[in-house]
Amino acid sequence: MTDTAREVDAKTARLPWRARAAIAAGWATSWASRAARRGAGTHVAGRVMLRLDPELLERLGAGRRVALVSATNGKTTTTRFLRVALETTGATIASNHTGANMPAGLAIAVGRAPDAPVAILEVDERWLRKVVDPLDAELLVLGNLSRDQLDRFGEVRSVAEQWRTVCENRPGLHVVANASDPHVAWAALPANTTWIDLGPGWRADAATCPECGELLVWDENNRFSCTCGFGTPETNIRLDGSTLVIGDEKVPLTLSVPGQWNVLNAALAVVAAGHFGVAPSVAAEAASHVTTVAGRYAVHRLPDGRDARILLAKNPAGWSEVLTYLGGRDTGVVIAVNAHLADGRDPSWLWDVPFELLRGMPVAASGERALDVAVRLDYGDVASTVEPDPLRAASRVGGADVHIVASYTQFMALSRKLAQR
Amino acid sequence: MSAPRESAVRIGLVYPELLGTYGDRGNAVVLVQRLRRRGIDAELVEVTAGSVIPESVDVFLFGGGEDNPQEAASAGMRASRANIDRARAGGAVVFAVCAGFQLIGTSYETGDGEHIDGLGIVDAVTAAVPGAPRLIGEVVVEPDPPLPLLTGFENHSGRTRLGSAARPLGRVRTGGGNGDGVDGALGERVVGTYLHGPVLPRNPALADFLLEWVVGPLPALASPLEEQLRERRLDRALAGPVGRWRERLHLARG
Repeated sequence: MTDTAREVDAKTARLPWRARAAIAAGWATSWASRAARRGAGTHVAGRVMLRLDPELLERLGAGRRVALVSATNGKTTTTRFLRVALETTGATIASNHTGANMPAGLAIAVGRAPDAPVAILEVDERWLRKVVDPLDAELLVLGNLSRDQLDRFGEVRSVAEQWRTVCENRPGLHVVANASDPHVAWAALPANTTWIDLGPGWRADAATCPECGELLVWDENNRFSCTCGFGTPETNIRLDGSTLVIGDEKVPLTLSVPGQWNVLNAALAVVAAGHFGVAPSVAAEAASHVTTVAGRYAVHRLPDGRDARILLAKNPAGWSEVLTYLGGRDTGVVIAVNAHLADGRDPSWLWDVPFELLRGMPVAASGERALDVAVRLDYGDVASTVEPDPLRAASRVGGADVHIVASYTQFMALSRKLAQR
Repeated sequence: MSAPRESAVRIGLVYPELLGTYGDRGNAVVLVQRLRRRGIDAELVEVTAGSVIPESVDVFLFGGGEDNPQEAASAGMRASRANIDRARAGGAVVFAVCAGFQLIGTSYETGDGEHIDGLGIVDAVTAAVPGAPRLIGEVVVEPDPPLPLLTGFENHSGRTRLGSAARPLGRVRTGGGNGDGVDGALGERVVGTYLHGPVLPRNPALADFLLEWVVGPLPALASPLEEQLRERRLDRALAGPVGRWRERLHLARG
């Protein structure tokens, strides 16, 4: 048995034997898949586990309250915020904090805390429909939907349709949802939904109405509407800058992790924590202490003494948020991009995000697709150094400190490398 | 060929919210920059979804899009047909990629069997063939001289048949293209292709080819990064599976 397998076996010791066997076999598959360099393997592992124990998810959900968090971006961080909010009650929380969000990851998370009365689980947006019923989830937290790995998963609207079917089939399900994202709003409409108006976000993938296909109209308050009657749902919960406004109550969201996108994640988590009776101010306080989430935002010292902060960006919406955050700062930036299956094999999105914001800053083009990045930067009038290795690039690029923005497989490789140090 | 121009060359990015799923803005940026870097005034004109496409455009760019947006775009394009026709009669160029290419053809039949009329600028019929796999991956197209080998990435389910009045942009060396061994269409001041990437930053010669239709012969422009990128993509796509494994091992060893 490998170390990982032994570890997994120990962590799932309290589950029924069939569940344990399924999890062990799934994990072996995942290991084999990784060894064959066919990706992280959690997707195929999940399918093997469910084949061997079709009741696995029911077993994992039995006897506990389950909340599921899903979105294209921010689900790992939102899950963490919600978990720490609920931990203020003193309860043990089962949660998948490494970002492993398919059945394999869910199994490990619950197996690690088999007596936990509550599970807060991040779920891959395309797996959500398959796990809500068997886990008997009572709360869904739905953040945003945007284009992600088009070469692999297809259109945004098909994911929205899957989510909507879940909501239609369980009208009593409590959903906490982002009212400002047309696809999310459309998906959550049939459920018992608490809406949060999170304000301006990535709109480029929601030009047409999810209901009827006509062009959506946006007003100056970032509210959308359509001739068919579909529009931003009404709510008295909204995000105003970094203040969450719930009716008359104002909750400042002061975070240790960077970026406005994380304020949005925190707002979702704080409202969702209310479902479990945690006061918004208490949840916000808990969220303020979160510094690193599964390697995201981790800070590493470069050989020259400067700090390098690692940011993950997985798709155009995520990159756009990160670049907006970095633009104009006194920092060097390393753009590290791969185009493997998990990154999306087509890096054309490079042209959909505003690299122009980095003009005048010290920038390096990095990753296996460093040349694609360099050409994109050049046409945006951003001068760059080409260095495929991101750590070497970080040392070469100027700036008081360095931010390394990495696509998924670059981020994973970098996290592994830095963990070994 | 054209006399010295008095006004900026207008690069029209048509309905970027609908036809911009695959970095299509990059094609517009490359055309504008390659003129400006040669001292020629150029302007990016964004034609937002829902508005009529103006006549005062020198290069129309129609990009890629998902099914719903593609239908919305086609309605706007048909409503703007008179303007596009007049502009073309005055020398305007059409460059259309993927969904855009399908929409400048005669007609397009969606996966749901819905029939969408195209602009008919190119004699081509596109249909989503039931059961046929979606064509996803690197493509290399071999056009006739003076154009060199073209590199791109495709992602589409439609199969396009050119009519007798149309000729392709080139032969497909690897990948799918139109689905019958050729890719795209090449006509009088018209290029259609399935190549994303976006295709113009990967193939600056194609960008200049389009621009010369508008402004006449252009001086050479050093493009070392683009050339490196293009060589690398071509090497990789033409290497086949063994070559790709070799490259991967090489990368793993650093």
